[in-house]
Amino acid sequence: MTRFARLYAALDATNSTTAKVEAMVRYFTDAPAADAAWAVYFLTGRRLKRLLSGRAIGDWAMAMTGLPDWLLGECYAVVGDGAETAALILDAVPSAPVEPRSLQVWVEERILALRAAPPEHQQTLVTGWIGELARWERFTLFKLLTGEFRTGVSQTLVVRAVAQAAGLPVTVIAARLTGEWTPDAAWYASLVATDVTDTDRSRPYPFYLASPLDPAVTGAVALAERLGPCDGWQTEWKWDGIRAQLVRRDGRAFLWSRGEEAIAERFPEITHAAAGLPDGVVLDGEILAFRNGHPQPFAALQRRIGRLRQVARSRRDIPVVFMAYDILEHGGRDVREQPLTERRALLDRVVAQAQLARPVAPVAARDALLPFEDDDAGGDRESDATLQISPRLDATSWEAIAEQRATSRSRGVEGVMIKRLTSAYGVGRKRGEWWKWKIAPYTIDAVLIYAQPGSGKRASLLTDYTFGVWDGGELVPVAKAYSGLSNDEIAEMDRWIRRHTVERFGPVRHVEPLHVFELGFEAIAPSSRHRSGVAVRFPRMLRWRRDKTAAEADTLAALRMLMKRRV
Amino acid sequence: MLVETPVGLYCAAGDFHIDPWGPTPRALITHAHGDHARSGSSAYLCATPGAALLTRRLGANATIESLPYGEPVRLGRTTVSFHPAGHVLGSAQIRIEGPDGVWVVSGDYKRAPDPTCAPFEPLRCDVFVTESTFALPIYRWDSASDVLADLHAWWESNRALGLASIVFCYTLGKAQRLLAELTAYTDRPVLVHGMMLPLIDIYRAAGVRLLPASPLIERPRGTSLAGELVLAPPSARGTPWMRRLGDLSDALASGLMRVRGVRRQRAYDRGFVLSDHADWPALLDTIAATGAARVLATHGHAEVLARHLRELGLDAGVLRTAWEGEGGADDHE
Repeated sequence: MTRFARLYAALDATNSTTAKVEAMVRYFTDAPAADAAWAVYFLTGRRLKRLLSGRAIGDWAMAMTGLPDWLLGECYAVVGDGAETAALILDAVPSAPVEPRSLQVWVEERILALRAAPPEHQQTLVTGWIGELARWERFTLFKLLTGEFRTGVSQTLVVRAVAQAAGLPVTVIAARLTGEWTPDAAWYASLVATDVTDTDRSRPYPFYLASPLDPAVTGAVALAERLGPCDGWQTEWKWDGIRAQLVRRDGRAFLWSRGEEAIAERFPEITHAAAGLPDGVVLDGEILAFRNGHPQPFAALQRRIGRLRQVARSRRDIPVVFMAYDILEHGGRDVREQPLTERRALLDRVVAQAQLARPVAPVAARDALLPFEDDDAGGDRESDATLQISPRLDATSWEAIAEQRATSRSRGVEGVMIKRLTSAYGVGRKRGEWWKWKIAPYTIDAVLIYAQPGSGKRASLLTDYTFGVWDGGELVPVAKAYSGLSNDEIAEMDRWIRRHTVERFGPVRHVEPLHVFELGFEAIAPSSRHRSGVAVRFPRMLRWRRDKTAAEADTLAALRMLMKRRV
Repeated sequence: MLVETPVGLYCAAGDFHIDPWGPTPRALITHAHGDHARSGSSAYLCATPGAALLTRRLGANATIESLPYGEPVRLGRTTVSFHPAGHVLGSAQIRIEGPDGVWVVSGDYKRAPDPTCAPFEPLRCDVFVTESTFALPIYRWDSASDVLADLHAWWESNRALGLASIVFCYTLGKAQRLLAELTAYTDRPVLVHGMMLPLIDIYRAAGVRLLPASPLIERPRGTSLAGELVLAPPSARGTPWMRRLGDLSDALASGLMRVRGVRRQRAYDRGFVLSDHADWPALLDTIAATGAARVLATHGHAEVLARHLRELGLDAGVLRTAWEGEGGADDHE
């Protein structure tokens, strides 16, 4: 428990991913297998069923320190965390460390055993443990007891750390972590076993990536110049989802993100749908939040990511599909070298034969619009089938393709993909065969500097933001944006702004320059009306870049460069 | 003897205000932090060791008189004296003896040893006006030497990793306390934000031993700061001033860092729980030591403290002031 609490403290004490991984590597190198198994269990976000409420532990802490109950509420209001409140208050109770018990013993013999104990006996037991534990160990214990243990490390980082400690590739650990397992010594031994033949069968292929078309390509003429005649290319929509490979082998299904992360558990409906595929098939495609034949904003999908626990509920709220656009393996054979036309025919056949889905758009120019038009039956089963095929646009000219691309925004897609009909499925980003022609080619990272209340139902919330980029030593306002955040993010931002207002000018608040957002916009032009000298068109927030600091935001010079490239 | 007025606490018997936030004819000042020492009054009186800091805060044109700790002066129908509060250099409790007995206004104070200022002097009184910045049982400080050992170890490990270490802390008080405490560990020079320098000079002039400190800004651009320790006010965080630091690990030294959520919200790598205010046990011990039958709590968790004291059998209430304690305006001075 001491070692695990120390790891928790180390993870808590840094914002650096590298330092977090190093701390975990140290832990997994030193810890006995049974402890390491439980550590993987907790670090990957799995939890014990809540055994006690934070309130109960708080009440016991007050009883132990002889403080009146009402003070607990006052303390909680400041701390905002029941386990931590109790641990802080209990600092008044000295600890006399005893022979340390391992994490396994703590979990299996003490914590889980609490379940069977009647409430008053629970208090006696937990109160009796306090004296054995130092401050952070108490906090860790309370977090485990309340089912609120969270470290903020992603499964990917845990996988990386275990892999590093075991000297194995991350893909092996990632694959072994999928599916059901019990956190015990035998399982951990199999997790880090050096014989890796078991995992080879789950592996995806390296992803083939498209290159962005030069921003100078704005229409049909430039396309023709760059790519030649239109009939040598296949065009599809550029989906705004999670790129993934669906692997079906030996009667099992695996789902891999581009980051080589095994994500099957987050999208059980996709692996379920994959059961209808023949064995020895690997599909490349996009995971999309999808409803009534329409792709939903990426933000909706994000709510499914990282939500390991409540998959069942989020599955109902945010249904997803796998939009297949390529096939890499068929009948157990690598087909990546076959030309795209042949792979596409194979893909159509495999998916159709499996009768899990059919191409949602018949191949007529007009009908290519179909998947995005509202059909009468709101919940059309076919258009919402979990396994779908990304329709081809089948436009017969670059002009028609450019016109279709112009409708991207209303369809909830990012633009079009242009793939050479003869192209093999390559490795990495090899230029010339696959292109992505995105709308809104302009994005910048800007710092939130001012905020003011929105209107209508957002009147009480600070939702209208002004963003700045660096010019010399100061942040110059360049864009105002109102949309792009989820309601939860808006609420979080609102609370933050109220606490971090530096100055107020009427309704406008000047905030600490801390938060960075990726802004997207349609166009940029010189402007004498703006202090920055540039005006952007339709700016909106694409992403809250919590990973960036203000100093890392873009500069005005970079913004001016975008403008130069445009003309 | 003291009443709340729109500009601050007023003593009619002595015709003076204590730490007023509006203009007054005569202001008695406990210490030179911005929320306690505001300009605009006609005459100021403070403890002698705090006079230089107060002059720095209010400007050379302010009329400032000072009294050595413990030396009484007659003001109207009262006798007033200043006594060490242990908060920052020259900080004082103000003792007022008058027709209504003995009152003591604590100002901000702490009980933990601090090499930069005289230790808090417990005083007996009838009415004790106490700060309550950290008046919750969750606030309980580890010894400063433990915290400094942690901080020094963190600096060392950052040095080993080639990172600069930046500690955000108050410009007046905390910065000098860190520079003084660190002399136990090293004689390496520390880089500081320019705002801190004049105050550091005042501390040195008062005979406080501090690590050598030079302004970060004087380092030529492009000089590597890997391994250096830098002190800066929290308001400098996220400004371009920070850019010259290169790869760094950052921390805040404050009692607020006791709460994990506060540190995480602000995304500091580390929080060093080091406060110049009394923690919960120190507040209760101090109040008991005054022997005061009546206690008036100001700024912070005043309501909580007053209620708790009432339950312990004291006559306790709350005085409303514009004083802010930790996390207040000093952040942005």
